[in-house]
Amino acid sequence: MHTPSNSAPAQVRAQLLQKLSEVLPADAIIDETEAQRPFECDALTLYRELPLLVVLPSSVEQVQQILQICQALSVPVVPRGSGTGLCAGSMPHPEGIVLGLSKLNRIIEIDALACTARVQPGVSNLSISQAAKAFGLYYAPDPSSQIACSIGGNIAENSGGVHCLKYGLTVHNVLSLEVLSVTGEPMTLGGQGLDSPGFDLLAPLIGSEGLLAVVTEITVKLLPIPELARVIMAGFDSVDNAGNAVSDIIGAGIIPAGLELMDALAIQAAEDFVHAGYPRDAAALLLCEVDGTVEEVETHIARVNQLFEAAGATTIRVSQSETERELLWRGRKSAFPAVGRLAPDYYCMDGTIPRGQVAYVLGEIARLGAEYGLRVANVFHAGDGNLHPLILFDAGDPNDIRKAEEFGAKILELSVAVGGCITGEHGVGLEKLGQMPSQFSEQELLQFEEIKAAFDPQLMLNPGKGIPILKRCQEYRALPARHGHMHGGES
Amino acid sequence: MSDRGAEIVDTVAQALASKTPLSINGGGSKTNILGRSVSSDEFQTLELGQHSGIIDYHPAELVLTARAGTPLTEINAALANEEQMLAFEPPTFGGRATLGGTLACNMSGPARPWSGSVRDMVLGVQLVNGKAELLNFGGQVMKNVAGYDVSRLQAGALGTLGVITQVSLKVLPLAEHSVTLVYEVDAQQALKIMNERRSAAKPLNAACWVQGFLYLRLSGAQPAVTQTAKVWGGEEMPNADEFWQKIREFEHPFFTSDHALWRFSQGPTAAVQSEFGDILLDWGGAQRWLRGEQQRDDLVKSAEDAGGHVGLYRGGDRTGEVNHPVNTVQKALHQRLKHALDPAGIFNPGRLYSWM
Ligand SMILES: Cc1cc2nc3c(=O)[nH]c(=O)nc-3n(C[C@H](O)[C@H](O)[C@H](O)COP(=O)(O)OP(=O)(O)OC[C@H]3O[C@@H](n4cnc5c(N)ncnc54)[C@H](O)[C@@H]3O)c2cc1C
Repeated sequence: MHTPSNSAPAQVRAQLLQKLSEVLPADAIIDETEAQRPFECDALTLYRELPLLVVLPSSVEQVQQILQICQALSVPVVPRGSGTGLCAGSMPHPEGIVLGLSKLNRIIEIDALACTARVQPGVSNLSISQAAKAFGLYYAPDPSSQIACSIGGNIAENSGGVHCLKYGLTVHNVLSLEVLSVTGEPMTLGGQGLDSPGFDLLAPLIGSEGLLAVVTEITVKLLPIPELARVIMAGFDSVDNAGNAVSDIIGAGIIPAGLELMDALAIQAAEDFVHAGYPRDAAALLLCEVDGTVEEVETHIARVNQLFEAAGATTIRVSQSETERELLWRGRKSAFPAVGRLAPDYYCMDGTIPRGQVAYVLGEIARLGAEYGLRVANVFHAGDGNLHPLILFDAGDPNDIRKAEEFGAKILELSVAVGGCITGEHGVGLEKLGQMPSQFSEQELLQFEEIKAAFDPQLMLNPGKGIPILKRCQEYRALPARHGHMHGGES
Repeated sequence: MSDRGAEIVDTVAQALASKTPLSINGGGSKTNILGRSVSSDEFQTLELGQHSGIIDYHPAELVLTARAGTPLTEINAALANEEQMLAFEPPTFGGRATLGGTLACNMSGPARPWSGSVRDMVLGVQLVNGKAELLNFGGQVMKNVAGYDVSRLQAGALGTLGVITQVSLKVLPLAEHSVTLVYEVDAQQALKIMNERRSAAKPLNAACWVQGFLYLRLSGAQPAVTQTAKVWGGEEMPNADEFWQKIREFEHPFFTSDHALWRFSQGPTAAVQSEFGDILLDWGGAQRWLRGEQQRDDLVKSAEDAGGHVGLYRGGDRTGEVNHPVNTVQKALHQRLKHALDPAGIFNPGRLYSWM
């Protein structure tokens, strides 16, 4: 369990509390241990830590003042959105504050003519599309956590969703950011146009896991809601056949709006959870959504149907209404909680692999699962090769935790070995620091460090996450013990 | 087609040791555009044209990897064989444009607002940094969030952050069918139509106004294109590919004078800046080209009012600043980032800004 850090001098804490009270109302500072509990982890609950303080500012000015105070007192700052992250990215630092941005939750403006929305970082992903709906527009990236996750968190993780194959990731759908540097200096990155002068500073910022700057405002691109979207679901009696069907669709020149694969255990779990009508006996299930004008959708549905039949689909079902389309997606979108019901805990992995390797990789995962004696369900963003194996285990059993961790690490290394990467959308955070060297050389990791230092020379923003600090690790006083290892929930 | 990776690393190492600035050159197609012209006597030229060839191409994965010096024409031909394309429609400059230069200059054609830019399509790069280290960032898969996005950071940096030696890109299937509709309207009306149609869920994928005519290109599944063309009206343009080709290659008569050429990249809805003279609207109004001698300060103000930036793309005085100014906070960050990747300042010094 959590062991509060004693190394932070009580004096710093007292000074911090006093300074912060001068700029924040009392209810914006969370001081009590029990009240801090909800902030001790993100959705990867194995990693827990308590901060010095949690602060919940309600204006950009307050955020700026908080940063200035922390800078003056050399206190690390961990930005936090909704805490739905899956890599311990917003887990607190024992000597730092949690900078919760949830109260900055205003949709500032929707420009229906330019097709953009200007929002604060604490706005939830889904609420942007809900607000844009009145104008016939929506925000395309749709992580399964979209009801809860914040757009600020999406920026920090470069989040994806089931519609990213066609519409891109967060990085493809953001026009500009207002950010505060670690010292509280404001900066505008990007603009209303489609590129910026000088360096493309949006590129390093998006996906930087709160390590480079605090995002205080975001302008996103909105797209017209397609006239029609339909889902075609197909069951297969082997993963191989389903994998081939994916290649056939792409080969036919069709870029579906979404293309998802689930394996047998995931299908059964999702079916038991939402009763979407998935074929419980299938070895693999594909969900393929096509969208566009009415004519386009009809043409593509017919073609995909043919391709699925030719690839040996054992069942095929096409959504006949919006309700049915949503039902078919609901199973996929609630796959994590559905699988979560099968065991006390699950550990979600996030490697990306070349699509063509899916059958091989799933075979290897099954083999490793047998070796470790742990069950695993797989959901796969098949269109873009992003694989989420969900390892089932019991966090009450230290031996199970160790096995799950080792198994997970092997899956990530396998992803790299077949030409992929350790994380497609969930980020490195604290969790995957240990696997960074399997994807990057020491020189590459040092280059990341140099970039970090260009934005944050004292390493005060979310220190100890995202990139392993090689050069500075002796100098830096408060890196959590044992990078890349679970150090919470073990007792 | 050859691998000159080792030589490139050597050249950078020597330049680093002797503090010789390097002028990085792909096919030479963009030497006199976009960046400042910097005196070449003390510079050594690092040629990438020989470091060429497609390394990997998997049509079913929608991924292509090629050395930086590979001509775009070679890539386009390989893709066309598989009925695929570079969706961002970069200019090939008569065959001289290379993949590395296209990324460094962030060059994308008419489809850019709808199909994304070269920056959007980059999946990974290999580069030599200013310490003469050969590094790989990103990868050959669609999604990769490990580490900072150094690949996309190269877009528009004009080679000042490293020598790009290899690029992996997402490629897309060729559109099944395209139709271009033409309307005879003035610039204001054209902008109005572009703005209205942006939010229509139709397969629009290029919108350009030049010299009294608006051109809208529909691209996608045949029935969707045909049906939309019927609803939108306008005249269907024969040989439309030739028109778009000329726009993207700067071969349209609008571009063929020796006038200075300015590029605005800005919010698409801002009023047409007709006070400055001849203008061409592309990217549905988000990219605007302006010809002739101009007061740079006036253009800078106009671009900023429209939420964007302006640069002297071609011609004019290229010894002063040609790119849009950045404020002091941004300038300091640019310098620190430059230092992080090129500590000795040997890559294309002064090309992007005089102070870097
Ligand atoms: C059931 C479930 C399903 C999920 N599905 C998906 C999915 O389909 N696709 C996907 O990509 N992810 C998914 N996720 C992961 C998660 O929802 C995303 O990573 C999300 O973007 C995190 O947003 P958040 O607001 O919860 O951020 P948090 O967890 O609070 O923080 C995430 C990171 O962002 C930083 N941060 C937050 N706000 C800011 C800011 N304003 N400025 C700077 N840094 C900031 C934090 O420091 C931290 O490093 C899922 C998670 C769950 C639990």
